[in-house]
Amino acid sequence: MAEARPGGNDNSLPTFRETVEDFLYHEAALLDEWRLDEWLALFTADARYVVPTTDLPEGDPKKDLVFIDDDMVRLRARVERLKSRHGHREYPWSRTRRFITNVRIKSLEKDNIFVTSSFLVYRFRMGETSPYVGWYEHRLKQLDRELKIHHKRIVLDMEALREHGAVSIIL
Amino acid sequence: MELKGLIIDKPTEGIFRVHRSAMTSTEILQMEQERVFNKCWLYLCHESEVENPGDYRRRNVAGRPLFFVRGSDGKVRVFLNTCTHRGALICRRDQGNSEVLQCFYHAWTFNNHGELIGVPDEAGYGKGFNRAEMGLKSPPRVDNYRGFIFVSFNPDVEDLVTYLAGARDYIDLVVDQAEEGMRIISGSNRYFIKANWKLLVENSLDGYHVKPTHKTYFEYVTSLGVKTGAVQTAFSRPARALGKGHAVEEHDGVRGRPIARWSPLFGEENKEEIARIRARLVHKFGEQRTRLMADISRNLLVYPNLMIIDSIDITVRVFWPIAPDLMEVTAWQLAPKEEKSELLARRLDNFLTFHGPGGFATPDDVEAIESCQAGYKAEGVEWSELSRGMHREAIAEDELQLRAFWRQWYGYMLGLGKVETSDPVVRERSAVAG
Repeated sequence: MAEARPGGNDNSLPTFRETVEDFLYHEAALLDEWRLDEWLALFTADARYVVPTTDLPEGDPKKDLVFIDDDMVRLRARVERLKSRHGHREYPWSRTRRFITNVRIKSLEKDNIFVTSSFLVYRFRMGETSPYVGWYEHRLKQLDRELKIHHKRIVLDMEALREHGAVSIIL
Repeated sequence: MELKGLIIDKPTEGIFRVHRSAMTSTEILQMEQERVFNKCWLYLCHESEVENPGDYRRRNVAGRPLFFVRGSDGKVRVFLNTCTHRGALICRRDQGNSEVLQCFYHAWTFNNHGELIGVPDEAGYGKGFNRAEMGLKSPPRVDNYRGFIFVSFNPDVEDLVTYLAGARDYIDLVVDQAEEGMRIISGSNRYFIKANWKLLVENSLDGYHVKPTHKTYFEYVTSLGVKTGAVQTAFSRPARALGKGHAVEEHDGVRGRPIARWSPLFGEENKEEIARIRARLVHKFGEQRTRLMADISRNLLVYPNLMIIDSIDITVRVFWPIAPDLMEVTAWQLAPKEEKSELLARRLDNFLTFHGPGGFATPDDVEAIESCQAGYKAEGVEWSELSRGMHREAIAEDELQLRAFWRQWYGYMLGLGKVETSDPVVRERSAVAG
């Protein structure tokens, strides 16, 4: 996960902020490279992955309709599906590129880190371009000196899935 | 544009073909607007979406901006979303609550019954100006069938119940499941598909594609403990044309239903509640109708573009053409008002895994029909083939229900009046049985 950092001397330790940012960039790279099993390994066993609908960004999966509300069983099944040639919307896989910016560490209590960031995920497939735009909520946990995702919530800014037709990739 | 001949329907020879220009021609799309969407009853909303006095929402129907509001008197009214003064949109938020609606352009103010109650400097108008006549306008016809509100831009359309024909009983099967009425769950799915709108009618009624297209969904379900044998035989029930273009495809639910067939997926803790619901249904509707309501799942088309998909969840899906190769889809979830949170969770779970655009099935349907639309560009193949099951009593895996839609569509497009939408062989069988 740690990557070479230019500048400074080689012995300098990354700041906490850099560690968190590096983690988010690492996650984005795994997804852009379709290294989905490695991506799954970033989550805690009791993690959740949630995408609310475009008309109800504050949606609560317990009582509201959302696009995605995965526990690890379903998230693993989602990954298996994306790796299969029968996940037709992503066979062949689209090309994606994720941009993450405006990273804000909102709270830090013991080992629980709450980070928000803005994202732009470009998806290219079959001659079409479909950008997903929004913000991430990552609730991270520091476990054995490693960061893990305990909760990832993806709030979309678009008014509808206009160019996308679906949420077929992992955001 | 020559419409005659767009469909070849020869039951005795087992031939049913649709000319692919029906999916690609801009001219046909314009004619559909005039001959189908301006003639039919069209689904707008469910009354539960505006629960309290003053609640309003805006929504487009057949490209026309409308909004609906529950007045301070408790009555739901539907209005064309345009100021009677110079045309600006009155309702510019997707939803809200207000006693009055004011046009921002010149500040004309309407109450939530649609009456014009405020005109700045009204003295500037002469005697030809009658404020009482300048209230918000409604579509020519608005009606409510058991909570489902429809509009029609055709003042001469038959009454809604007559229009619903055989679909009415299937709507009843859905609505009667609730003790205290149904409600739309907050949060809707809005997505666009780069395909002709009629391809989603076909796809939503088509039991034939389910096993091959949705292989990954069934793998997921199997991994949760559902026996695959159940999936293999689930789509063997008869398909039905319900008259006036409405159609239904029924199948056996493979994962139980919150109303009211328990399966291990619902957990031991919900067994008693599901049994209680079932007992209530039996008490109220009898064994036979309860079996129809609680054991069998159904995909119902209310012609031309409303799907009510009643399985573990109840999906309400409506879709509108934007261009010959583009449609806008909105889907909602319907649930009994009294439903306990654990069962609601299972219901939402099913929507998310199957019917939602982030699920394990719908993205592949989107891909499939976009793929059809892309394939039409090859042009060399003029016809789509829809004769499956024409020689037998059609089942969910056949295409009778698709033909029913197409025959009605053809009837509207050619102005044929009453159209027989079922296959003749089925008609003969029913006549003999009757």
